Amino acid sequence: MPRGPRQLDGREVAQRLRAAMPDAVAGATDEWVEVAAPRVAEVLRWLHDDPALDAAQLSSLCSVDRYDRFELVYHLQSLDQNHLIVVKAVLDREQPSLPSVYGVYRGALLQEREVYDLMGIHFEGHPDLRRLFLWEGFPGHPLRKNFLQIAGHHPGLPRFPFEEPGKQAR
Amino acid sequence: MTAASEPYVLNIGPQHPSTHGVFRVRVVMDGERIRDIDMIVGYLHRSMEKLAEERTYTQNIPFTDRADYLAAMSGNLGYCLAVEQLAGVEVPERASYLRVIFAELQRIASHAMANGQLVSDAGAWQTPLLYMWREREKILDLFEMTCGARLTTNYMRIGGVAFDPPPEFFPAASALLDELPARIAEYTELLVDNEIFLARTRNVGVISAADAINASLAGPMLRGSGVPWDLRKAEPYCGYDRFDFAVPVGRAGDAYDRFMVRMEEVRQSVGIVRQALDGLPPGAHKTDIPLALRPEPGEAYARVEGPRGELGFYLVSDGGPAPYRFHIRAPSLINLTLLREMAVGASLPDAIVALGSIDIVVGEIDR
Amino acid sequence: MSRFAAWQALRAMGPASFPIGVRARAVPRLRGLRVAGALAALVLVAVSIAIGVVVVSGVLDGRWYDLRDLGIAMAHLRGRLDERFDPAVSYVASALIGATGILGFVGLVLLVLVWVERRVLARMQIRRGPNRVGPFGLLQPVADAIKLIQKETIIPRGADRLMYYLPPLLVFIPLMLVMGALPWAPRMIYLDLNVGVLYVIAVSSLSTLAIFMAGWSSNNHYALLGAMRTIAMMISYEIPQSIALLPVVLITGSMSLGGIVEWQADHNLWLAPMLPLALFTFFFASTAELNRTPNDIAEAESEIIAGFHTEYSGMKFGLYYAVEMGNATAVAALVTTMFLGGWSAFGLEEWVPPYAIFAVKVSAVYFLFIWLRGTLPRFRLDQLMAFAWKYLIPLSILNTFVVAVESSIAARWEVAGVVSLGLITLFNLGFTIVAARAWTRALGYRPQRERLLRPRLTTAVGGLLAAQRLQREATPDSASGA
Repeated sequence: MPRGPRQLDGREVAQRLRAAMPDAVAGATDEWVEVAAPRVAEVLRWLHDDPALDAAQLSSLCSVDRYDRFELVYHLQSLDQNHLIVVKAVLDREQPSLPSVYGVYRGALLQEREVYDLMGIHFEGHPDLRRLFLWEGFPGHPLRKNFLQIAGHHPGLPRFPFEEPGKQAR
Repeated sequence: MTAASEPYVLNIGPQHPSTHGVFRVRVVMDGERIRDIDMIVGYLHRSMEKLAEERTYTQNIPFTDRADYLAAMSGNLGYCLAVEQLAGVEVPERASYLRVIFAELQRIASHAMANGQLVSDAGAWQTPLLYMWREREKILDLFEMTCGARLTTNYMRIGGVAFDPPPEFFPAASALLDELPARIAEYTELLVDNEIFLARTRNVGVISAADAINASLAGPMLRGSGVPWDLRKAEPYCGYDRFDFAVPVGRAGDAYDRFMVRMEEVRQSVGIVRQALDGLPPGAHKTDIPLALRPEPGEAYARVEGPRGELGFYLVSDGGPAPYRFHIRAPSLINLTLLREMAVGASLPDAIVALGSIDIVVGEIDR
Repeated sequence: MSRFAAWQALRAMGPASFPIGVRARAVPRLRGLRVAGALAALVLVAVSIAIGVVVVSGVLDGRWYDLRDLGIAMAHLRGRLDERFDPAVSYVASALIGATGILGFVGLVLLVLVWVERRVLARMQIRRGPNRVGPFGLLQPVADAIKLIQKETIIPRGADRLMYYLPPLLVFIPLMLVMGALPWAPRMIYLDLNVGVLYVIAVSSLSTLAIFMAGWSSNNHYALLGAMRTIAMMISYEIPQSIALLPVVLITGSMSLGGIVEWQADHNLWLAPMLPLALFTFFFASTAELNRTPNDIAEAESEIIAGFHTEYSGMKFGLYYAVEMGNATAVAALVTTMFLGGWSAFGLEEWVPPYAIFAVKVSAVYFLFIWLRGTLPRFRLDQLMAFAWKYLIPLSILNTFVVAVESSIAARWEVAGVVSLGLITLFNLGFTIVAARAWTRALGYRPQRERLLRPRLTTAVGGLLAAQRLQREATPDSASGA
C-alpha cells in the first residue's frame, strides 16, 4: 500500500478517535481512518482542536465514485506537527448527503462546491452550495461513473491501445 | 458624512484586462466600494479529471501541463510523483536533480509572470511585466532547448524525465543564473523604492495567519501571511533536503508581502538551481517502467510546492491501465477561498490588486 | 437553414430577441456628406498652402519673407488686404489661414506623436514597437487611422444615440481652442488675448462635459465609472492647476501668454527654476487632467478597461485617442510657455525659427509624459484626491502668497533685476524643499524604510505556532520602524 512519507497511520488515529467518540469511527487501515458520514464535521472539529493531532488545514477534499457508494476523502494537514491525516467518509449512492465541514475549515468552501458540482454530493450546512464550474441546470454530475450511461458510454479504459482484447500486455 | 447610493452590479470578466484569463467576478458596487463579490468560474473547464479516467497514466501527463499552464513543470512533477508513489517506481538520482532544476526554473518563470502582472494591475503600464518577461523568456528558451516546448512542456516522465538536457543547456543556464540575482535585486529595488507601488499594495488584501491556514491557502499566499510552510522543507520530495535554501515569510499578509515573498523565492530558487547544477550526478535520466503500467489497486496523494502553492495529485488505481480517479488539488482555486473577505469593503482598485496578488491561473482553477 | 436565413429569422423576431446587443446598421448612410467633407478639407488645405506660398514668396509685395517669422508675413498680408478690401475680408482670410495652420499642425503632430510615443515606450519596455509599415514603422499611424476609419461603428443597445455621437467631436473643441492661444513665435499667436491664462484654464475644463456625456450615454458601468472618476479628478485638480499659474502671473505681471513668454525672453530667464513648486503642481495636475500615468485613473486599464470610452469603437475611439495625445501636446506647450520660456532660448531665437525652438521644448516635455507612462504605477482614486486636497492645494496657495510678497518687494526695491530675480530663485528653491518636507511631515507621512519590509527568512517550517513565534521575534524590530 503506498503511503506518503509524512502520513499518519490510520489505525493510530482511529484509536485516539475512538477514545473521544467511540461510535464515530467506522474502520481504519494503515492509510486512512473511515468515519461515519453524518458525524464527519464533528470528527474533523475534534481532529482540528486536538493538540496532538492538530489537523489545522484541510489540504484537499475530493470524492470517489465506487459504483455502489461514494467516498469522501479529506486530507488534513498539521502544519506545526507536520503530518498528514487521511479521513474517509462513505456515503450511500442514492441520496448522497453529509454535513459540511465549512464550520471547521473555511478552505472547504470551494472544494465542497466543486464536489457538489461534479459528483452531486449534498453538503448540509454549506453557506453557498451552488455549482462551481458548470451552470445551474447542467444535466447530471460528470465525475459520477454512470454519467452518460444512457448514451452508451462506459467509464474507464478497458485495456491499453495496443493490447489484444483479453490478453494483457506487459 | 457618508453618502449612500444605489448599488449596482458590475461584471468584471470573463474578458477583462486584469482577470488573467477567463475568470469572472460579479461585483455589487456602491460607487467605488465593493459591497459583495461572487466569482463565476468554469469558462475554461475542460473536465480533465473525467478525461483522465480514460487515458493511461503516461497519457495523462499533458493534462498536468495544461492545468497550470504557467507552471507546467511543477504540474508534471506532482503528477509523476503521485504515479511513482502509487506504482512504487524508483527514480534515478540524476532524474531527481533534473526535476529539481526544472521545477525551480519554472518557479522563477512563474513568479516573474505573477509579480509582473501584479505591478501591471497596480497600473504600471506593462513595463515591469515586460522586464520580468525577459527573464522568463530566457527560462522558456532553456525549456525549449531541453524538451522542445516552452509552455506545455510535458517533460517529466513516470520514473524520470524525458530527455537529458543537451550540452549547450549548462552554459546557458549558468549564464542565466549569474545574471538573475542582479536583475532581481534591480527590480525589487525599483519597485520597493516606489512610493506609489507601496501605497497601492501595502495593507491591501490583508489575510491573517490563522485565516490563511484555516482557509487552506498555500504557497506565497500562506507564507505572505507569516506562516513558514513550504512543502519542499516539510516533505522533501526529489531530495530537496540536499539543497540549502530558506523559506521567505511575510509580515502583514498583504499584497506587498506576497510580492516580496515571490521575489525572495526567486532568489532562493536561483540558489537551488545552482546547487543542483553543480551537484548533478551522472547516470540515467530515467528508469524503465512497464509500457503497460498497471499499478496495484490503491491510492496515492503526492504534493509538490508549486509556484502557486500546494499542488496535490490524488490518484486512485483499480489495477487498470488508467487511473480510476484523478483529482488535482488546485492551489489557484483554493487560494480564491478568501476572495470575498479580501474584496468586500475595499475599493475596486484595491480589489484588483488583491486579486492580482493571489496569482490565479484560470487553467488550473477550471481544469 | 443557412446562416443567412437564420440571421434573417432572428431579425424578423424583432430587436428584443436579436441575440447580439448590437444594431445591425448603426451608421446612417452619410457617405455623400463624408466625401464632401473630405473634399472640402482637401480644398482648404490646398488653398492655405497656396496662400502661404504666395505670401512668403513675395508675389504680393515683392518682398521675400524669412521663414523664421511667419507672423511678419501674416501682418503684411493683412495690411495689403486692408488696403484693397473691406477689413472683414482680411480678418476672415487671416483667421482661415490660422485655423488651417492649427488644424494641420494638430493633425501632423498626432500622426507623428502616435509613432513617437509607441516607439519610445517600446524602447523603455525592451520591445521594438511598430516597425513594419513604412520606414521605421513611420506609416503605422496612417495605417491605424485607415483601419479605424474602415471599422463599423458599434452602438451599444440602450445608448443615448445623440449623446453618444457628439462627445468624440466635442472633445476636439477645447483642444483646438487651447491650441489657438499658444504663442508660437513673437507675432505668431492666433488668439492673442490679454487674459490668455484665464482663457486657457476656462477652455481646457470644457472637455469634462464631453467626457461625462460619453460615459453617461454609453450605457455601460465601466464608462460611467470612468466618467465619474474624470469629474472627481477634474474638480480636484482644476484648483491646484489654476493656483499654480498665479505665481507666473504675479512674477511676469501679465496674463497674456505672449506677454509671459516675452517677459522670460526679455529677462533671459525661464520661470522653471524660479517657481519649481508651481511647475511641479501644474505638471502633476495636468497629468491628472490628461489621464496620463500616474494619474490615469479615469482610463485605468486594469480596473475599468478604458473608462469613459470603453464602448467606442472605430474612428470614434480613434478620435479619443487623438484628442488625448493632442491634449498632452497642448499641456506640454503650456508648460513650455509658462515655465520654459516658450519660443525664447537665450538669444538663439535670432538664428533659429522661434517656432522650431518652441516645438523642440514641447517635444521634450512630451517625452516626460511618455517617460512617466513607461515608469510609474497608478495612484488609487482616493490617494489621488488626497494628494490634491491635502498637499497640492495648500502648498500652492502658500507658494502663491510667498511669490506675491517676493514680487511686491522686488517691485519696490531699487536694485538690478539680476540680483532680485536671483534672490527670488534661490529663495523659492529653498522654500520648495523646506515647505514640501515640512508639510508632508506635519501630515504624518513617513517614508517607508525598505530594510524593514523585506520578508524574513527561515529554514524551519511550521504552522500557526511557528508564525506567532516569528512574529514575536520580529516585534521589537518592527516597533522601532513603524
